[in-house]
Amino acid sequence: MGSENTVEEQGTDTPGARSLRLGVAGPVGTGKSSVIAALCRALSEEMRIGVVTNDIYTDEDARFLKAEGVLPEERIRAVETGACPHTAIRDDVTMNLLAVEDLEQDFAPLDIVLVESGGDNLTATFSPSLVDAQLFVLDVAGGGDVARKGGPGIGRADLVVVNKVDLADHVGVDVPQMVDDATRAREGAPVLALSGKRWGTVEQLCEWVRGLHRRHLSGTHVPTDPGPMAPHFHADEEGGYLHSHV
Amino acid sequence: MTHGTAGLLLLADGRLPAGGYAHSGGLEAAVRTGRVRDTADLGRFLTGRATTTGATNAAFAAAACAALRGAGADAEPGEEQQTLTRLAVLDTELDARTPSPALRRVSHALGRQLLRALKAVNPHPLQQRMQQGPNHPVAFGAGAAMLGLTPVDAARGVLHESVSGPSSAVVKLMSADPFDAYRTIAELRGLLDEIAEDAAGRALDHPEDLPSYGAPLSDHLAEDHETHETRLFAS
Ligand SMILES: Nc1nc2c(ncn2[C@@H]2O[C@H](COP(=O)(O)OP(=O)(O)OP(=O)(O)O)[C@@H](O)[C@H]2O)c(=O)[nH]1
Ligand SMILES: [Mg+2]
Repeated sequence: MGSENTVEEQGTDTPGARSLRLGVAGPVGTGKSSVIAALCRALSEEMRIGVVTNDIYTDEDARFLKAEGVLPEERIRAVETGACPHTAIRDDVTMNLLAVEDLEQDFAPLDIVLVESGGDNLTATFSPSLVDAQLFVLDVAGGGDVARKGGPGIGRADLVVVNKVDLADHVGVDVPQMVDDATRAREGAPVLALSGKRWGTVEQLCEWVRGLHRRHLSGTHVPTDPGPMAPHFHADEEGGYLHSHV
Repeated sequence: MTHGTAGLLLLADGRLPAGGYAHSGGLEAAVRTGRVRDTADLGRFLTGRATTTGATNAAFAAAACAALRGAGADAEPGEEQQTLTRLAVLDTELDARTPSPALRRVSHALGRQLLRALKAVNPHPLQQRMQQGPNHPVAFGAGAAMLGLTPVDAARGVLHESVSGPSSAVVKLMSADPFDAYRTIAELRGLLDEIAEDAAGRALDHPEDLPSYGAPLSDHLAEDHETHETRLFAS
């Protein structure tokens, strides 16, 4: 990696002039890789796509996507983030940024680069210095309450996906209620109920991505930062205190 | 060190966003194989690291810094080319001193990341013309010069990183008191200063004459670590 790369790296940072960089965040196992696989499968005829995966250990997610055969293997790159998956998408994006820039250069022109964050907790969101927009993926198996808990990803990601709705009956989750809760936590911003097993929902996700890509090209999409961890409340004997992470 | 202190602190800060946090400087493999079990072991590990890889890297960082000093925006075109050539020779010489392909890959990746970060943090005309993935010490030395630092600063910074990386990783790898881990560094500071001065003294040597201290077991462990299934750190 890197040693043979003598081509100039210049930050092509004018939006629209380079690919749309779309982050996929969310807790462990909610279906981030599956969402990416579904998008690649459904959109690869109409868009030129690259994928960057993040893993704590080795390159599990990249291997999964390669095995799915949704994209030519060389368009899927793994970044190993060490013990801090959230650091790689917010505090220190350099590894991911280089991976994205490499893909854009090696396969120019690309329409979209999807970046999967390593599964983390509800507070991990992408920095706008790495992506133009982000999905935050929850699943019904994590419980219907999660959407109400809010946090920067749920509250302010460009789209919240409530995944695995095919399992709702098995885990006793009321999907319309969960979508409602998320919509309220987001003050009306979009929420999509998704299942990889239901084509119609995947098509809705694709429509959202197409719309975003059009706005990116026309320069009307404004990247927003869901923000770092919001100040939150810790209960203690004195009745609690507000606590903010920087 | 009468000038440039602020620049050195910036460059040598482990929190500089250049991807260093994903590496343990070989400590993870040493812990996994039972070679580092407690703080006393950590002290020995860091001493070994400082006097082998650390000392070699410090010499190359100092030399890279010396090569670039003065080659600023107002440098003659010929002078600039000379600097770039000297950096490239240093890079090749350091490759030759790094027998483990895994460690060469890590060093080039870290060098590339540092250069990418510095392009944004402290833009300099030579950054675009430099080889994009130099060994980390070469990138560090060049970056130090671009911040107006001297060869001894570059050596100090690289040595600091070579011991502070493992010391902050240790609490994730074994049951260790973070205070003890940093006490270990504090106890090494005399040695680190000595190595840095020595490295700076050779900054103008012919690249082929720069030191080549080795630790074959570390090279071997690094090879093994690269393919290990459940590692927390990339190296
Ligand atoms: N039933 C059902 N299972 C799904 C769906 N989407 C994903 N899964 C399953 O959920 C599990 C986790 O999916 P992944 O896509 O690997 O999740 P992830 O978020 O990428 O996981 P990490 O990267 O480990 O955090 C796998 O077993 C998937 O097959 C879905 O829509 N319905
Ligand atoms: Mg995944």
